[in-house]
Amino acid sequence: MRLAVTDLACARGGVPVLAGVSFTVEAGQALVLRGANGIGKTTLLRTLAGLQPALSGDIDLPDDQAAYASHADGIKAQLSVEENLSFWAEVYGNPVPDTIYEAFDLVDLRHRMAGTLSAGQKRRLGLSRLGVIGRKVLFLDEPTVSLDRFSVNLFADFIRDQHLAKGGIAVIATHIDLGLDAPELDLEPFRASADQSGGSDEAFL
Amino acid sequence: MIALLKRDLWLAVRAGGGFGLGLAFFLIVVVLIPFGVGPDASVLEPIAPGILWVAALLACLLSLDRIFALDYEDGSLALLATSPLPLEGAALIKAIAHWLTTGLPLTLAAPLLGVLLHMNSEAYGYLFISLALGTPALSIIGTFGAALTVGLRRGGLLLSLLVLPLYVPTLVFGAEAVRRGAAGMDVTTPFVMLAGITAGAFALLPFASAAALRVNLR
Amino acid sequence: MSIWEYANPKKFMATTAPLIPWIFGGSMLLIIVGLLWGLFNTPAADQFEHSVKILFVHVPSALMAINGWMMMLVASLIWLIRRHHVSALAARAAAPIGAIMTVIALATGAIWGQPTWGTWWAWEPRLTSFLILFLFYIGYMALWTAIEDNDTAADLTSVLCIVGSVFAVLSRYAAMFWGKGLHQTATFSADRETNIDASFWWPAVISMVGFGLFFVALVLIRTNTHIRLRRADALEARARRAA
Repeated sequence: MRLAVTDLACARGGVPVLAGVSFTVEAGQALVLRGANGIGKTTLLRTLAGLQPALSGDIDLPDDQAAYASHADGIKAQLSVEENLSFWAEVYGNPVPDTIYEAFDLVDLRHRMAGTLSAGQKRRLGLSRLGVIGRKVLFLDEPTVSLDRFSVNLFADFIRDQHLAKGGIAVIATHIDLGLDAPELDLEPFRASADQSGGSDEAFL
Repeated sequence: MIALLKRDLWLAVRAGGGFGLGLAFFLIVVVLIPFGVGPDASVLEPIAPGILWVAALLACLLSLDRIFALDYEDGSLALLATSPLPLEGAALIKAIAHWLTTGLPLTLAAPLLGVLLHMNSEAYGYLFISLALGTPALSIIGTFGAALTVGLRRGGLLLSLLVLPLYVPTLVFGAEAVRRGAAGMDVTTPFVMLAGITAGAFALLPFASAAALRVNLR
Repeated sequence: MSIWEYANPKKFMATTAPLIPWIFGGSMLLIIVGLLWGLFNTPAADQFEHSVKILFVHVPSALMAINGWMMMLVASLIWLIRRHHVSALAARAAAPIGAIMTVIALATGAIWGQPTWGTWWAWEPRLTSFLILFLFYIGYMALWTAIEDNDTAADLTSVLCIVGSVFAVLSRYAAMFWGKGLHQTATFSADRETNIDASFWWPAVISMVGFGLFFVALVLIRTNTHIRLRRADALEARARRAA
């Protein structure tokens, strides 16, 4: 299993932002995306996850293995931590492993309403979703926002020991050092030029 | 899919508001009508079925913008779109959940409110059946409207503007069935048409809703 | 040489711009001839007297109100299937014109109805169908203006147009089922029916063709305008990116 991206171009709001993006991630590897704000990290991840079409290029990844996580966690305030997790587990047809509560330090919060959690706790709950959906290829957009140092380590441990070690793949856009042994990809060289083709405005120029 | 239905129903129950609000609105509209047209039973009786249908339709409209908006804002919709659950299925489930929390209570409450409007006693059965057949169509059509406007910040008013014309056939056949039933006329045609609209809408509109959701998530 | 070549906005503009004055002029000529002939050179009908002559405006505008929506439906399908921008913009351009045609048809109908049926408005199937069609036009236009992103707006309005078409047809049958008809049925058809006097036939046909061309001319003008607006946006966006 591997993720291979070849000569990918993607657009935000019909305007090309990235072009010629190529990389390969083998099973058990992670890739960290770097680049200034607005360069197109989110756009690239959304394109990889299939939420928006690519302008051109190929994304080669195993069917039904991709999962996406953004700053928005999709957590329902009126459901408890356990209910939130078991909902996503059921959608993906998986059981909720008990270890997931320990991995994200949610054991004591298990029966709390998600609406009463702090921002960081909510974020941990959002990330723990990745542990119940059983997907091998993760596209993570700024997963560590509002996490403290301790939680960042929890998350890095989870990605390293429970995801990558089991042959998973992760593509992570982040500004901080996760402590993962992963290659970094700077998106700056792939910034689309002003005359990059494929945008929805192209026909009008 | 059952998981999504369960979650949406739980949310509707726990969040409060959504559930009772539509019913309360229904009650208020029906109470206001006699203030507008006068308390005369001979005026109220013939218009009662139509009033109840229009009021039920408006009450349905009230909660439409919540169908996808909350899930869109907190990111659940994007997560659902990348999950194994097809968006068509999600749209269908959302409509069913909306009907269970809005259309079904309205259907059950309508005969009670008929009393306030001096509705012809013949009409009660027809009213109940026509609402039971017709309100699911209101939910699925409304879900389509909600899918179209989910990306808009102030989509509520636009949603009504888009959805109300689409409600016309359902309203016409629904209210006509009750009127004919109350007058002792044959009701086969309106009931068949009403059921046909509901069945057709449930078969086809989830695809249109899913297409609209995909465009809005892009 | 394929017809889709004209789907390129620049090619479309270059081809249609010189045609517009001719189509517009031709439509004006036909409408004027049709109306003058119809108003001054036809007899008064038995049951309607001179009020019948409003049909030379009423029938063509009603025809274009429906055809306008049909054109939008076809253009929407072309956009969804082949993704030609001109098609989406043409659908957008046609909507207000179709809406105005609907209003003209309703207004002339009301003016005609007052002396003939003795009422400005009746809840009868055809009037009701047109009123509902007008609501569909309004919803369609409102959705276009509400969405900022051009492609998103084109996609969503196209989906609405298709779903709306189905429900517009359903509404028509619902209205037929529900209301009592006052309208005479099938006054005009291509095979020159006998229930209309021959002296009305030619001016009416000329007027209908004139309205048709008028509609085409207006759609072309507005489509060109929308292409230019879109081009201005595109150029601005490119300048911003280059900076």
